[in-house]
Amino acid sequence: MPGTGRAIASPRAGFGAHPAGPAATAARRGPGLPRRTRYWFFILPTLLAILAIILFPWVFTVWMSLHEWAPGSPPAYVGGRNFMELFTSRRFYQSIGTTIYFTLLSVVLPLAFGVFAAVVFHRRFPLRGLLRGIFILPMMATPVALALVWTMMFHPQLGVLNYLLSLVGIPPQLWVFAPATVVPSLAMVETWHWTPLVALIVLGGLAALPVEPYEAALTDGATRWQTFRYITLPLVLPFIVVAAIIRTIDAMKTFETIFVITQGGPGVSSETVSIHLYLQAFSFHNIGYASALVIVFFALIVALSLFLLFLRQKVKWS
Amino acid sequence: MVVRPGAIRRLVDDMGLALAVVVVVSPAILVFLWMLSLSMKTELENSAFPPVFVPAQFSLENFAAVIKGANFGKYLWNSLVVSGASTLAALILGVPAGYGIARARANGLAAFILVSRVTPGMSYLIPMFILFRYLDLIGTLAPMIIIHMVITLPIVVWVMIGFFETLPVDLEEAATIDGCNTWQNFWHIALPLSRPGITVATILGFIFSWNNFVFGIVLTNRETRTLPVAVYNSMSFEQISWGPLAASALIVTLPVLVLTIVAQKEIVHGLTAGGLKGG
Repeated sequence: MPGTGRAIASPRAGFGAHPAGPAATAARRGPGLPRRTRYWFFILPTLLAILAIILFPWVFTVWMSLHEWAPGSPPAYVGGRNFMELFTSRRFYQSIGTTIYFTLLSVVLPLAFGVFAAVVFHRRFPLRGLLRGIFILPMMATPVALALVWTMMFHPQLGVLNYLLSLVGIPPQLWVFAPATVVPSLAMVETWHWTPLVALIVLGGLAALPVEPYEAALTDGATRWQTFRYITLPLVLPFIVVAAIIRTIDAMKTFETIFVITQGGPGVSSETVSIHLYLQAFSFHNIGYASALVIVFFALIVALSLFLLFLRQKVKWS
Repeated sequence: MVVRPGAIRRLVDDMGLALAVVVVVSPAILVFLWMLSLSMKTELENSAFPPVFVPAQFSLENFAAVIKGANFGKYLWNSLVVSGASTLAALILGVPAGYGIARARANGLAAFILVSRVTPGMSYLIPMFILFRYLDLIGTLAPMIIIHMVITLPIVVWVMIGFFETLPVDLEEAATIDGCNTWQNFWHIALPLSRPGITVATILGFIFSWNNFVFGIVLTNRETRTLPVAVYNSMSFEQISWGPLAASALIVTLPVLVLTIVAQKEIVHGLTAGGLKGG
């Protein structure tokens, strides 16, 4: 589920202190019920819905992870055996390695291109609105539809990418059809999809920049690169970190692009944890094992998110 | 003729900017143009090498084939119902919740809703699949509508919290003094003013629900497939025929592309509202 850059960017998302303290709250309190209680009525239905669609699956997943559940037979309690099986599975560790490789490329590349694009779109030029609309199309477009187009473009004999390479004298590549190039190729598709989101977040940072340092730089005769390197970059760094956090979480979870283009192949060379999870649950019907995997996967994502949030705090206060 | 040095510098600068804009925008344009090209060419042209970029004659035959194909209308209808109903339900629940959270400053709750942003979609899927199979609901659209709220509800709530936080409370305070209760404040004052926020929430919720594929491959059958699932399935069986495949891919994503161009300002605002406040 992509989008909503605001999620982690907002101070609400955990650490940020709210400007209005208890005093301000008390002063604004109207007659009748205390402030918080008065609004429970608005929040309760959503809270119940969220509990139902989020909490139920979690409780059920934990329960299933402790059971052996073959299709057609009743579930049997097996304790931690699914986890034992998971932690001794070579394919599981392999999928973690693949996920890290894919995530690394799919964070670094969109960050680099996204910051560049943000700097470009921060300038004024004709048709900027329309061009920005076109620029964000990849992140809004239906992933499955675009994955099909990329599959055709990757085709080793008839694909347009090899033709374009041949124009500049580079020999044809096997792209997603060879173990060595499949992960970078998929990361290229991911970069194409998500560079706009990084750019939008950084653009938000650029819009909030103060003018004074730039005026000072101008009078000091700084070059454009110097201005970017020593003024812009440090000031938007917190936004870049936010983009990196969102990108990391999304890249780890990527499913549709990989599933449609390679289904984890060739062999298992693009089998990320998400793909491994899907195959275990819905191709091999190892429900117990897959549930244990969900728990471990989620723990990994949460641990990484917390670590990145911690890094963000460091960046913020330094 | 005398050219001032400043003018040359500006010209070079403008050309550099123009080049940068082309570099930044062309990956998006080229892929979508290639998609369009594939979908309007004959099979012969599509299997030619070197590739044909501009078809000899623009043909809509591939599109016609897809639309006239078996069940296209049904899958379109399924997609509309699933995304429409799950977005509507999310609005009914999420708009008041966004208001309540913004006004009560329930930051912890907001963070809790964020958990769903971090959770992999797959982790909802296994238990929900078992539950819906147990309830014998696979084969109806109900499971899809319910599970798509995992996508739409957090988006709506987050966009609406951001919106209501920017809405001044003065009017509501005045109304409170005039004897309005909290619900009347919401219904008569905040809600009528929140149309821009609701528009953004609706667009984003609908698009991300429309785009979803992973829930559909597990929770639908032949009758209840949504468009992305149907397109994926057509690939498995007709891998060779690129024209119809590209045409169906374009048909699926076209509503999203049009909506994005038309409402790009609102979408950008909705996606970055938090980014502006963070950091």
